[in-house]
Amino acid sequence: MTVPARTGTVIFLVFALLAGVIAARARYTADLSAFLPRAPSAAQQVLVEQLREGPAARLIIAAIAGGTPATRASVSGALVAALRTNAAFASADNGDAQSVARDRDFLFRHRYVLSAAVTAEHFTVAGLHDAIGASLDALASPEGPLIKPLFAQDPTGELLGILDDLGPGRAPRASGGVWSSRDGSQALIVLQLRAAGSDNDAQRGACEAVRQAFFAARATLPAADRDSLTLTLSGAPVFAVAARTLIEGEVMRLSGLSAFLITLLLLFVYRSLSALVLGLVPVLGGALAGVAAVALGFGTVHGITLGFGVTLIGEAVDYSIYLFVQGGAAAHGLWRRNVWPTIRLGVLTSIVGFAALLPSDFQGLAQLGLYSIAGLSAAALITRFVLPAWIPGGLAIRDLRPPGEQLLRALEPLHRARALLLFVPLIAACVFYVHRGALLSHELAALSPVPLKDQQLDERLRADLGAPQVRFMVVAPANDRDTALLAAERLGERLTPLIDDGTIAGFDSASRYLPPASVQRARLAALPAPGELSARLAQAVAGLPVNAALLAPFITAVGEARAGGVLTRAELQGTSFASVTDALVVRSATGYSALLPVSAASGDLTEAAAARLRAAISAADAHAVLLDLTGETDRLYLSYLRQAIELSLAGFLAIVVLLLLVLRDLERVTRVLAPLALAVLAVAALLVGVGARLTILHLVGMLLIVAVGSNYALFFDRASHDPERGSVPLTLTSLLVANLATVLAFGVLAGSRVPMLADLGSAVAPGAFLALLFAAMLSAPSLRAPRAAAA
Amino acid sequence: MRRPQRWRALCLLGALTTAALAAPPPAAFDALLALLAQRQHGHVSFTEVHTLAMLKEPLTSSGELFYEAPDHLEKRTLKPSPENLVLEHGELRMQRGHRTRVLELADYPAAAPFVESIRATLAGDRAALERYFDIDFEGDVEHWTLRLRPKDAAVAKSVADITLNGERAVIATVAIRQSDGDHSLITIGPEIGP
Repeated sequence: MTVPARTGTVIFLVFALLAGVIAARARYTADLSAFLPRAPSAAQQVLVEQLREGPAARLIIAAIAGGTPATRASVSGALVAALRTNAAFASADNGDAQSVARDRDFLFRHRYVLSAAVTAEHFTVAGLHDAIGASLDALASPEGPLIKPLFAQDPTGELLGILDDLGPGRAPRASGGVWSSRDGSQALIVLQLRAAGSDNDAQRGACEAVRQAFFAARATLPAADRDSLTLTLSGAPVFAVAARTLIEGEVMRLSGLSAFLITLLLLFVYRSLSALVLGLVPVLGGALAGVAAVALGFGTVHGITLGFGVTLIGEAVDYSIYLFVQGGAAAHGLWRRNVWPTIRLGVLTSIVGFAALLPSDFQGLAQLGLYSIAGLSAAALITRFVLPAWIPGGLAIRDLRPPGEQLLRALEPLHRARALLLFVPLIAACVFYVHRGALLSHELAALSPVPLKDQQLDERLRADLGAPQVRFMVVAPANDRDTALLAAERLGERLTPLIDDGTIAGFDSASRYLPPASVQRARLAALPAPGELSARLAQAVAGLPVNAALLAPFITAVGEARAGGVLTRAELQGTSFASVTDALVVRSATGYSALLPVSAASGDLTEAAAARLRAAISAADAHAVLLDLTGETDRLYLSYLRQAIELSLAGFLAIVVLLLLVLRDLERVTRVLAPLALAVLAVAALLVGVGARLTILHLVGMLLIVAVGSNYALFFDRASHDPERGSVPLTLTSLLVANLATVLAFGVLAGSRVPMLADLGSAVAPGAFLALLFAAMLSAPSLRAPRAAAA
Repeated sequence: MRRPQRWRALCLLGALTTAALAAPPPAAFDALLALLAQRQHGHVSFTEVHTLAMLKEPLTSSGELFYEAPDHLEKRTLKPSPENLVLEHGELRMQRGHRTRVLELADYPAAAPFVESIRATLAGDRAALERYFDIDFEGDVEHWTLRLRPKDAAVAKSVADITLNGERAVIATVAIRQSDGDHSLITIGPEIGP
């Protein structure tokens, strides 16, 4: 299988060009899609839609701190005024008196189509008598001063009824006439973006627009007030932008750092610039192939994948290290015969290991698998078929035989200490037993690139605004907006009794602000004509301390409502109900969805309460489902976790089968696998021992320890099984250098601020080193025989 | 999340305060405060008559008032329809029909004068009372009249003044005059035994 040198180069150049074009045209993203399932179940589909398009994905909270309440209020007002004219924002609210009054006017003006109490019975003589009587009771109550000015127009108390239905929502605290945090130190603004949660560019633009508006508003203040005012943004879109910036920055930083350290290492080892440059060719070729493969396979390349790609630098460089160190400058034919078969088997085991990640639902893992397979294959092929032809005749790297001899001598004491390895499983078992309740992390949040501190700030701001993170949500699919509203209305009718009996604390529904047309028409039809109403009213006030003449404005108002017809979405414009309605009736994959966020009485639903809630929901709408956002997210993570365990085991098994097929010797296979298994155990115990709960990426890291570490073990196997093939001292040196390169790359990753990258790095970096160490300790005695040492 | 609840809270507070306020003023005022402060708890009946210009007849309601030092206050209306109003630890809970509403007073700074007046009066804290009200005290400890006018403009917009009549530590009537001329009179009945 010799390929003419020139052919190899030509093929390489063609592929490099092709991969370069694909990589240049690929779509790159750093949103949360890496965490989302590729083939979601029905419930996951709803969850994914919520995470991408739901109201929470569009909400930004802006907090202004510093200065006086008055300056904060003035900046808050200017900010809201500026952002309301910005098309990127569906709404901007700060609770100023004007908008509160506007909302109230809207509810009052449209009370006869909005009020659920409006029925034909309500407007009979008896119904009117009762309703007016109840309003008189309310007049004598603490709410009297509130309803007194409205009594003549609304003697049946529709506005109070509507406000009651709007529920026990706790209004934010106000300071200087605008919403403020509970402690009064920050002015708060609620912004709703028009763009979906998946549109990262729009989110970034919106965040920038808020900052610009803030600086512009602050600039109008006197210099003394200006500097003390600060702006903090929170919410899902802000986190998404921050995560993208973080991931992008980390990828650059980590690749740079890792490339720098490995360059230093290779310079130190080779003492040859040409060898260094040539050694980087497989790395770059591999990275390019990896990106191109992911772009072809997935359509978009995730930033996290590029982050994982940092590790490729550490692995792909190994092959050229084996070439330069073990091959020597001139003996390519020998190298091909003695060294390449082992590298080939090493690459194959790595590919088999990474291939286990391909079927993963967790897109980030699947991309990592494909990236690594393509990258490692390309790097190995380049090393084998392209690089040898490029090595100039006079290439001389430092003579690594002396350090190799030293390494060989060091093997003996290491081997004698091999009994210590018995402690590895023992200690691991103890550690696992001590931490038996806390071995695995069960929350997706463990992988989130959003720092805990920011998540807590967000929770606090939301609590201050009376808009806690929604956990339970009823989702009802529908064909169009009005059907969705109708579904919301039917669900609302069934949910209201559950508030009264304490099953739930409350719920929100778009049909409260915009009832479905049919419901509105039914309410309008229940309103008597002015003459008829006037006659009924005269009888209804009998026995009440009210003159029928006082209620003339009521008759006029009912007449206007009858003439006014059905309320449409357009008429909500300008009130805060417009964006709420839009957030609760959303376009979905199948048409529209009505969303009804449900608040539990004490944060969580008991099993019995959840059962009652589900029963009510299915009685109202056969297609509606109750979504537990937190629960579903955790279930999603658990399914990833289970899958990661299964796939890692499958990958391990596949590697065992591969080794059995190739080596055809159970003892050799055991000798190859034993140090790897011990390294995995040691790393798991180490991580658990220092208090980390194992995440998916830790588990995947363990698979990689086996996939990467097998290369070292295989060389030891070759050296002891076939000592006349190649030089043992040089093999040892190349293994140590290759190992150091891998440990450096994963070690850099371990220092990442992106938890997924850090988890992977912190598992593989120590694991790869231990794999080499344990392989050396367990190497066969023949390796250290005088005959081998003399070779 | 954007509930027009703030104005409702103010009204609730106004009414609660006026129903249960037992606050007093000058030389004899201190003696009266000391007397009131000794009281640890109370349980009385009340009758309230609301006179509204737009109605043919006044609205009458009745029920019971409870007080437990230092910060539990309850107005339980029994007729004509049940309603319960509880102020405790800075939290105001209102129950009418089957709905309960809870408001945290700290969220409503404009309402602080009312609440502070109750707390201050019951604790005999004259300084705190004067921070929120202009106080006229007439009579002596045996027969006194206390007229409180809110200093806060927002509060004064709805309530003109509150006048309390009493003998020693026993409050007889609380009269609330609203800025539009409507008024209500709460007549306190005798102590109800435990």
